[in-house]
Formats: sequence, structure tokens, C-alpha cells
Amino acid sequence: MKYLPLSLLLFAGAVLAAAFDYRLQPRQVAPDVDVFIGRSEDFNTVNGGNIVNTAFIVAAQGVIVIDSGPSLRYGEQARRAIAGVTSRPVALVINTHHHPDHFLGNQAYAGTPIAALPGTIQGIAADGNAFAENLYRMSGDWLKGTEVVVPTQALAAGPYRVAGRQLELIALDGHTGADLAIYDVASGVLFAGDLVFNGRAPTTPHAEINHWLAALDQLEALTRRPGFTALVPGHGEVVRDAAPIRQTRAWLLWLQGSMKQAAEAGLDMNEVLARPLPPEFADLPVAASEYRRSVGHLFPAAEEAVLK
Amino acid sequence: MKFPLTIAAIALAALMPPAAAAALREGGDPLGSARWGEMQKAFLAGQPVLFDPRVKVVAPSTAENPMQVPVTVDATALPKVEEVIVFADFNPIVQVLRFFPVGSGAYLGFRVKLQQSTPVRAAVRTADGVWHVGGTWVNTVGGGCTAPSGAAANKEWQQRLNEVSVRQWSEGGQGGRVRLRIVHPMDTGLVAGIPAFHLEEISLADAAGQPLMRIQTFEPVAENPVFTLQRGELAGPVAASGHDNNGNLFQASIAP
Repeated sequence: MKYLPLSLLLFAGAVLAAAFDYRLQPRQVAPDVDVFIGRSEDFNTVNGGNIVNTAFIVAAQGVIVIDSGPSLRYGEQARRAIAGVTSRPVALVINTHHHPDHFLGNQAYAGTPIAALPGTIQGIAADGNAFAENLYRMSGDWLKGTEVVVPTQALAAGPYRVAGRQLELIALDGHTGADLAIYDVASGVLFAGDLVFNGRAPTTPHAEINHWLAALDQLEALTRRPGFTALVPGHGEVVRDAAPIRQTRAWLLWLQGSMKQAAEAGLDMNEVLARPLPPEFADLPVAASEYRRSVGHLFPAAEEAVLK
Repeated sequence: MKFPLTIAAIALAALMPPAAAAALREGGDPLGSARWGEMQKAFLAGQPVLFDPRVKVVAPSTAENPMQVPVTVDATALPKVEEVIVFADFNPIVQVLRFFPVGSGAYLGFRVKLQQSTPVRAAVRTADGVWHVGGTWVNTVGGGCTAPSGAAANKEWQQRLNEVSVRQWSEGGQGGRVRLRIVHPMDTGLVAGIPAFHLEEISLADAAGQPLMRIQTFEPVAENPVFTLQRGELAGPVAASGHDNNGNLFQASIAP
């Protein structure tokens, strides 16, 4: 009896998603720079994992794809949508970090170089299959046929010229052990990956909050450059200012402070989970579920720090 | 469904508020678990059993991390608690721990590894020999018992094995609370090539050597266990001692 409603829900999800069409619509952020904006939700069988932003730059000698999405189907559909914008071939795929919604579309770009920071490559090689399995469990058949393709080309921080385009690679960490931000010099668009969430509570399964906060300071400095025009967050709408950086910082500072305070007050994990969200975050999409996850990720360390 | 109550249950019900008394029942598992019969046979065979809302088992309805599912057992509403058994019907190793709140409240917070969705229950034996049972369902994606511990991937724990940290809170909402953390991989033996290696016994006593609580721990207790106790009145240091199944001993004392 316990399982009936769940199976019904999965069935309904599968029917709704019968065509497995992510309906990817390229949205222009700047000349030759487009994004696919994902939904501000958790992974489920209706969105098929499309909760992520991916982007592409149409460069002189080919297309640079930034993050490949949550599945083979997403990758294939993104590729078709890109082909609707330009006839140039895809020259390079970049994975900003090792979370599954950002690299599981790699398979659709067979034969194209796929690049990432060394830490990201290691992370995908080590945990990619477990991530894919987990995403399959949450998103169902949207993931069908999806296999992990590990990036082959290691990127390093600094100026990087590819397909006739000048990029600046900023190697950061904090959301995961290796987070790549990309500044496109010609357009002034900053691709922040999952270091920045806009209008959605950040995820923290591999977070190192102090490093993340330091990374946000660096990204905010980049938005003050004279050429800066737009910020593409890993999740949520594109903006022309640094507001989502401040929003992400505010969430992380609150989370960090509240874990520390709860541990110092002697609370047990269940009591921490039961705490209400402060009013400023109560209406933020998926705040309640991300808070619960973050307690699991972050509270044990806060606890260890006071039990010494 | 109505079940006839035994004399003991009727006597108990007479002392309770009507709503709570109405929720008492001797049969018909309120969690509807197909394994309840086996659980009863394994842990409570031949003894009087009551499903009792005064036994509170708090755990998230959906566990985000099956390796560290927080569980809080609170039976402080019951008089004269002698023993508490915690088990999870559908876990490959069902028994999680037992505790004997000799000189402290019948309250314990800890974390468990769960392999699949399961009821997590506490059976609480009062001085009259009746087992009061409470519990809650926890949904989880699984893998908690057959995934290797963090320690299996990182040998640093060997230098810190059985390292105990204890802290007490004397004021505020958590006055009288003791929290205890022990470094231990708590390997279940269900991962290929990693034998069962877990804490077996933890005893807490006050400065005069009077026991506060004895805890028997089994494989499903999460890695690097953290326990939360309600000591009641705070009086002086707490001493913790115990051992694991390989005979490694530990001992620690902490001032209030």
C-alpha cells in the first residue's frame, strides 16, 4: 500500500513526458551567446533533470558549448537547437564542474573534444556512474541510454583561445572541489556555473562554504569590469548585475552561521532539521528541500567542531 | 480496528489523557509493515506489547543521506523505563542499538545507516515488563549498509580510532544535555572485503561512578557515531567508556 501512490506518480510522470522533449529554446544573452534556461525545481520525472542552465557561444571557427545537461537526450536536443542557430560545428564542450546535470549530455558530442578542470575530470571519472544512477532514479526514462563520458582535455586557469574566441578561465572551488567560471571577453558574459544560483536555493553536496564565499568575491569583482554585460548562473535567470552573487552569498552565510549556532547550542540533527526557514528565504524556490539536504551535508562538521 | 486490551493496558490507559489512551493498541501494527510479526518474534516474543504514542521516534520521512539518518527516541513520557531496543524492520541488519537509561532520561539521539525504506522503531520496556512500541517510516534511496564507510577510503581514522569527544550543556533549551562523538568506521561487514568492525558497548557514568546510561550498539549505527542524551540535572563530569567488537577499549572524561 505504501508504494502505490509513488508508482502512480511515476506512471503519470512518464505519460506527461512521453515525448521526452525538453523543449529547449535558445535565448540570446549577447550577440553570438545563447543559453538554455532550466527550471527552478528539484530533479523529477516531469522535468527530466532540466533544472540547469547550459550555454553556447558561436565563435568564428565553431561553437563552444558550456555544460552539456542532465542526459543523452538533453545533449542531443541541445545539439539540434544549436544547429537551428548556426551551421558551424561544435568545436569544444566544457564542463564547469562534476555534477551530473552539467556533464551527462557529453555523450551527445561524440568526436568533439570535451574539456574541464583536472579536479572535475577526476570527479566525473570517480563518481560519474553513481551520479548517473541517482539521477536516473529521480528523473526516470528521460535518462535512458545515458552513459558517462569523461572529459579528455584538462583546462588551466588563465587566458584561453579556442575556435577563434578569447576566453578567460577562472579556476575556483567551493561548490565542488573544482568549479570553473568562464568570462567571454568579446561579449562580456560571465558564466558562473553553480557557484551562483539565481532565485533558487543553492545545492551543497560537495560544498566547502568558506572557499565558495571566497569564489563569490572573485566573481563579483569580475562583474565590476567595464566590459561586463551579463551573468549566467548555473541555475536561474540570466541577469545584468551581481544580485544573484549576493543572494547566493546571503544563503551560504546564513546556512553556515545557523549550522554553527545550532551545534554550539547542543541541538541534535533532527532538531536542526525541524527549524523553520528565516522569512527572507521562506519563499525561495526549493529552499525547504535544499535546507534539509544541506543540514545532512554540513551539520556533522559543525557538530565535530564544537565536540572537541 | 478495535483490540481487547489486557489488564496491564487497561491500568495504563486509566492514567492517560483520553486521546492518548485511545491510541494505545496491542495488535495491528500502526505502521502497516509486513515484517512486524517477525520483529515481534525476534525481540519481544511472549511478552506484553503495546503500540504507545508516548514512545516518540523522530526521523525525517525522507532520508537525504542513507548513511547518516538522524533518529531521536524520546520515551521520557513513560515512567520507569528500563530498556529500549531500536530496530528497523527492512534493514539487512535489523537491530540498531539498545539502551538502558539507568540514571538519565529515556531519550537518545543518534544516526543510522538504512539500506531501503523501512519503519524505524523503538520498543521500550517499563518496570512492569510491558513493551511500549513507537516508530516512524523513513523513505530512503538506499545503499546505507552496503556502501563502504568513509574510513574505508581514508586510513587517517586509524590514528583516531575510538577518540571520544563529549560536551555538556548546562543552560538554555538544551540544559542537562550531553553529546558524545566517537571516531569509528562502524563497518557493517556487508561490503565485500571489509569485515564487520563496530562499537559494541558504551557506558556513561557520573563523577561518583553512578551509571547514567549504557548503550549497546550494532552495525547499523552510522560511522563516527554522535549520541545526544538528556542527563537531567547536571552534576559534575561525565565519564564515557566502552569497546568495539575487536576488543579496542576507550575511556574519556569531560567536565561540565
